[in-house]
Formats: sequence, C-alpha cells, structure tokens
Amino acid sequence: MHSFDLTIDRMTKVEGSASLEIRVKDNKVEHVHFKITEFKRFFTEAMKGKPLIALPQLLARICGTCSNAHLICSIEACENALGITPSEQTMLLRLLTTYGLMIRDHALHLYLFVLPDIYGKDSFLEFDENKPEEHQLLHDGFEVKAAGNFLATLVAGRSVHAPYPTIGGFFHFPDKSGVEDAVKKLEAIRPAVLRLIEIYKNAPFRFDRKTNFAALVPDKYWFLDGCINTGKGECLPEKHFGEYLERTVLPYSQASAYKHEGESYMVGAMARLNLAKDRLHPRSKNSLGETLDIFPSTNIFHNNLAQAIEILHCVDHSIEILTKHNFEPEPIIKAANREAIGIGVIEAPRGTLYHKVSVGADGLIKEGEVVVPTGQNQINIEEDIWRMVEELIAETPKDKIAFEIEKLIRAYDPCMSCASHFLKVRWS
Amino acid sequence: MSNDSKIKIGWFSFSCCEDSTVIMTEVMNDHWREWKKIFDFRHARVLKTKNILDELDIAFVEGAAASEEQEKKIREIREKSKIFVAVGACAVQGLPAGQRNTFTEGQKKEIEFLLARFGALPKVLKLSEVVKVDAEIPGCPIDPNKFLEVVNKLVGEFQK
Repeated sequence: MHSFDLTIDRMTKVEGSASLEIRVKDNKVEHVHFKITEFKRFFTEAMKGKPLIALPQLLARICGTCSNAHLICSIEACENALGITPSEQTMLLRLLTTYGLMIRDHALHLYLFVLPDIYGKDSFLEFDENKPEEHQLLHDGFEVKAAGNFLATLVAGRSVHAPYPTIGGFFHFPDKSGVEDAVKKLEAIRPAVLRLIEIYKNAPFRFDRKTNFAALVPDKYWFLDGCINTGKGECLPEKHFGEYLERTVLPYSQASAYKHEGESYMVGAMARLNLAKDRLHPRSKNSLGETLDIFPSTNIFHNNLAQAIEILHCVDHSIEILTKHNFEPEPIIKAANREAIGIGVIEAPRGTLYHKVSVGADGLIKEGEVVVPTGQNQINIEEDIWRMVEELIAETPKDKIAFEIEKLIRAYDPCMSCASHFLKVRWS
Repeated sequence: MSNDSKIKIGWFSFSCCEDSTVIMTEVMNDHWREWKKIFDFRHARVLKTKNILDELDIAFVEGAAASEEQEKKIREIREKSKIFVAVGACAVQGLPAGQRNTFTEGQKKEIEFLLARFGALPKVLKLSEVVKVDAEIPGCPIDPNKFLEVVNKLVGEFQK
C-alpha cells in the first residue's frame, strides 16, 4: 500500500505560475490541490472609476498571451453597454485578429510546450537539426507561430496588446501588399499544420473521463458570436452566461473556480470541436476527412489535437477572408455615454471568456467582472488528476505519476496569468 | 559549440502578464537557429522542465515583486547573474502589476484580506527597488527591436 505526498512546486511549459499538491494514504487519494499561485493584480478593482474608453486596453494587460482575446471581449462588452453595433468589416477584422492569436497561441502550446513530451525531450530547442523529422518540426514550429504573429500584426498592429482595435471599429486598416504577404505565409504553413494534426492524432497519450463541455457555438463568426452550448440541450444567449456560472472558492488558489449545476465542466478547443465540429471551414473539413470522426471525444489529450485542427480552420478561413475582401478605411462608430451594463463573451484560445462592465452616465466604470477559461477548467483538472492518480498508484513510481500529471495539466493549456486577476471572493 | 562555451541565459517571470515572454518567443521565430548555437538556456520555465539556477551570464527578469518570497528569489537571481536585465513595464516601473499601490484607502480595504491570506507585500516593488539592475527594456509590451538591440549588445560583450 502506498502513502505519499506529491508536490510539484512550479509547473513548467505552461502560461504563468501553478503548483500541485497531492496526498495519498493507503492507495487512496486524500486530496488534490491544483493551485494557481500567480499573485493577484486586482484588475476588476483597478477598473473602477476609469473611463470606459480606456477599459479594453487596461484589461488586455490581464494576460500577455491572451491579451488580444481580452481586448476583443472587453470591446464587445463596452459596445453592448453603449448600444454600438460594429460594422461587417470590423467584425471580419476582429475575427482575423482572433485567428492570428489562435494560430500563434495554439502553436506555442503544441510545439514548445507539448511536443517535447511526445519526443522524450526536455525542450523544443533540444530537437536535433540533424534528424530529418526533428529538423522539420523545428522549422514548422517557428514558421507557424510567425505566420500567426504576422497576421495579428497586420490586422491589429501587434500580436500582444494590439493597438488598432477599439470600441466602435479599428484605428488602422491592412494594406494590400500586407494582405498578399499574409495569404502567402498562411498558404505556406498549411502542410506544416497538416503534419502537426497527424502527430497529435497518433500521439500515444490517453486519459478518458466523462465530463461536461461548454462553448460559444458560432452563428456566423467562429470564436466571436453565437450562443453558449452547455452540451445539455440548451444554448444560452451571451447575456445569460453569468447566471450559468457557479463560483466555487478554492481557499488554496489565487483564482476562482466554477461549476454549473453542481458539476465541473471543460471549456477550450476540445469542447468547441465536441460541440461544433460541423461549423469548421469547408476546406479544413475536406483535408481532415475521417480525423474529425474522433470528436466528440472524452480523451483530454485530444484537446491538443483539437487545437491543431483549429489552427487549420484559422488558416483556411483567414485565407478566404483576405482574398475575398477589400479593406477600406471606416470611421469609428461613436455613441453617447449612458448608464448601462454591457456583456461580452468570446471564445479565447483556452475557452469561453466573459467580461461584464457596469458604466455610469458620466462614462466612468462602476464595476466589472471577468471570468476566464482556466478558472472554469480548474475543478475539472483536479477531478481528472484525482482519477488519474488513483488509476496509477498501485504500479507506478511517484516520479512517473508526477510526469503523467504534468502532461495531463499541459493538455488543458492552462493560463495562470488570466486566472489570477482579481475576482471578488470572500473566505469563510 | 559545447554548452560550456555558450552564454548562460536565465529567463524569469514574477508578477505580470508575461507579455515579455510572449514577445521573446516571437523574436525567437527569426533567431532560434542563432540562439540555439550561442545560448545555453539554463533556467527558462517557459521552455524547459530541468532548470538550473547556478551561475548565469545574463538574467532576463520580467514582472514586479509582489511577495517576500519573490523578493528573495529576485535577490538570489541577482547574486548568481553577471548581468541582470529588467524586461517590460512591470519589471521597470512596477506597473500595471502594482496598480494596487495607487488604490484609494477604500479600495485597499477591499483587498487587504487577500493580501494577508497569500502573504503579499504591502506594496508591489519594481525590480530596481529590490536589486541593482544593469539594463532595462521598458514597454508594455516591450519593443522587439529594442529587446534585440539589448540582447545583441550583451552578446557582443560576452563574445569579446
């Protein structure tokens, strides 16, 4: 019979700071604490009293890697508060901004964080340039990331804390030669993305546990609109998403966690594909063929495959938009200040992101709320670890269990920077 | 080039949004071949699991100090690094990570129980308030060209 404490002080190859503490007694797991240890930076307190116009850029600073997702989500919340309906072109530019983010962010996760686990390396940079397969992957990884970065920079001005998107439109519009370059770069990485999909389709990792999934299922624009499908036959309008969330305080974590109807659930790429794979771009679906039959899946490691598939969708839909549309300068849509509450919901790389803002007639913010994907996944992650450890205890050395857990957590692609902004929690 | 003759690099993140890490990994898209040859990434949690903090040539540090434990770690990095570079607005200016320093008394009261619970410092500190900083790369986010300029200058000094 095994009894031990297992502690991982600070996880590596994830966004931000997290640790893990597990206690096992006589082959039984007594507790699993997945702790988000980033110190709070109190954004939802800091936003009070600031002008609405400044809010999206402030909230982008919640997280470096997801910054453009926070930016777009906050802009949507502010526009809803002011009663602004963005133009068709603005929506396409926001979609391209989001596609650039998804390509860059998923690629960072899949090549730099996860691929070393599959190839038995400590770091992506340890891949051997003299071995054809590893040489190819090194080049693929940095080229795919660079193409996403190029797209976001062309459309939004930067891939981190983008300066062009604003409430009511864009400050700058992509030029023709930049658009042509982007199409060439995206077309060029397509074979690399297909290779990546094959790797994750055949990856040897597997862990199944039935859980619930939730995602914003697209009406027209993937990631930006639609209703929130909870996988239980209901599709909630964005404005009701806040009521769906049940905040659960984990006293050992700097972040708030969430349940729905007393149960944990998962958000992210796998949830999106489980609930809406039929909405993928036709060119992607054509290339993917039977690979899509894998979804819906309960194997958490298929979140990696789902991210690779989403890169392909983002590439294909971006190419279509960039080749079919001419982008012309448009004035920013403005509206008078009014007392209102605005809600924004989008799909960020790691799942459903929710921003709520309450603004006064003077245009100053009264209060707000931000719910991030990793907070929603936190309890699901703990429940998965619990099950995984119980399955492994009898015959697996402690070090190997720790490695298996790290791989599992990495598959969720958690983002601790996002999760530890301030949420108003009270400890009993 | 053997690891012994490479420039020993550390990349560390404290209280911030880690945007400098993202910019660094984007700059890497164009420079990874060269960096693979000349840098030994001794300690970079974003890139690897087996991290060693012994003797570094250059430490790049993003983020501000939000707890005594972080302060202690920042001092240790300083002691073990020939050159200590503060990267990004939170490291250089302490903001926005330290926006609670600017809160009103009412706002400070709202958050004090959380500061106590997690052992946070009463005031978030920029890196130069904790240790001697040799070079600064400001910006939120940092300018990739400015980052490269500093990196290339330091590499030149180590390769003399």
